[in-house]
Amino acid sequence: MVSKESILSLLDEVCDPEIPVLSLADLGVLRGVEYVNNEWLITITPTYSGCPAMKTMEDDILLKLNDHGIQAKVHLVLSPAWTTDWLSESGREKLRIFGIAPPEDEVDKSVLFSKPTIVPCPKCGSRETKMVSQFGSTACKAHYQCLYCLEPYDYFKCLK
Amino acid sequence: MKNKALYNYVLRLGDDSLILGQRLGEWCGHGPILEEDIAMTNISLDLIGQAMSLLDYVGEIDGQGKDHDALAFLRFENEYRNALLVEQPNGDFANTMMRQFLFDAFRKPLYEKLTASSDVQIAAIAEKSLKETRYHLKHTSEWIIRLGDGTDESHQRAQKALDLLWRYTDELFSETEQDLTLISLGMVPSMSEIKDQWSKTVMSVLEEATLVIPTNNWQFEGGRRGIHSEHFGYLLSDLQYMQRAYPNMKW
Repeated sequence: MVSKESILSLLDEVCDPEIPVLSLADLGVLRGVEYVNNEWLITITPTYSGCPAMKTMEDDILLKLNDHGIQAKVHLVLSPAWTTDWLSESGREKLRIFGIAPPEDEVDKSVLFSKPTIVPCPKCGSRETKMVSQFGSTACKAHYQCLYCLEPYDYFKCLK
Repeated sequence: MKNKALYNYVLRLGDDSLILGQRLGEWCGHGPILEEDIAMTNISLDLIGQAMSLLDYVGEIDGQGKDHDALAFLRFENEYRNALLVEQPNGDFANTMMRQFLFDAFRKPLYEKLTASSDVQIAAIAEKSLKETRYHLKHTSEWIIRLGDGTDESHQRAQKALDLLWRYTDELFSETEQDLTLISLGMVPSMSEIKDQWSKTVMSVLEEATLVIPTNNWQFEGGRRGIHSEHFGYLLSDLQYMQRAYPNMKW
């Protein structure tokens, strides 16, 4: 029988279809790998309820494992709810290099008209940036612009 | 069926999310500015995602093997249990923001309470959805203030939207006798608690927006009993078209 370690290393090659530099483990979407009733049970959790990438992630996991002759099932859990705290350190760095600002620790306050979180530009590092919109190219991102180098970029929203 | 009361309760939650998500999706490609087009469709996506979880749970309670697609696409008009508010047409941007704000201000405290539900699946869905709903409420509250306390034109439009939509708000808090059982079992909160919090949010935002609550307090209801407004049939024909024209088709 294949070991859990080899399953995990295979799954390391399965990436978020919308942010292909992040593996599902980096993203914190991969929640568990267990051997139950003669097959591997892979547990994942969605980032956002309507994340359209979930189905692709599930298919990609099964494809990867089946390619190696491994029988598996994917199980989706909602609780505990995904948080950006689960994003790995290496995942944060990969995001930044890819041009997406990683989540700042500070949760965006729910207070009206609170100052948006300061998000340094992933290109030039300037802290002189502005939020263009709370909602960006995907559910998990907001849209920012650097006021120094003028680069528009995505910010991976902090969700806690 | 395991629990008829729970079935009806979760169906109402699921249908509210589904129908409002469908309405917001109508803005796709028509937003006043690109950022708002994206914001409205993002919120739509969250709502439809929540509807998927909720309707899957409805199907599970029902125990007849129906999934979210079967429930979303293959029911008749009088089988939907969404509140009348969420099926009202988009109108202009102020009207859409007002409808969304009045709804978000209701959904946020409701999800907060439901995270403590004795029913683990409801609690899990609420925990997930609450995080998204917080973002929605912040966004719509800011817009209501910006529009209401903005130019003469935006103020007038926001006030008109409030005058039009206020009559659909009481229905959000309606409770059935079956609900009382769920409340006594600690599965759901009583609506009077939710209404208190809703009123607080709504009053403070409307005040800052310099908008006035209409004095004529005539209220419409019916959606929770399956009696919908005339707009609903048109919405459903859009929503259901593919499944009705090509039964069982897959994307």
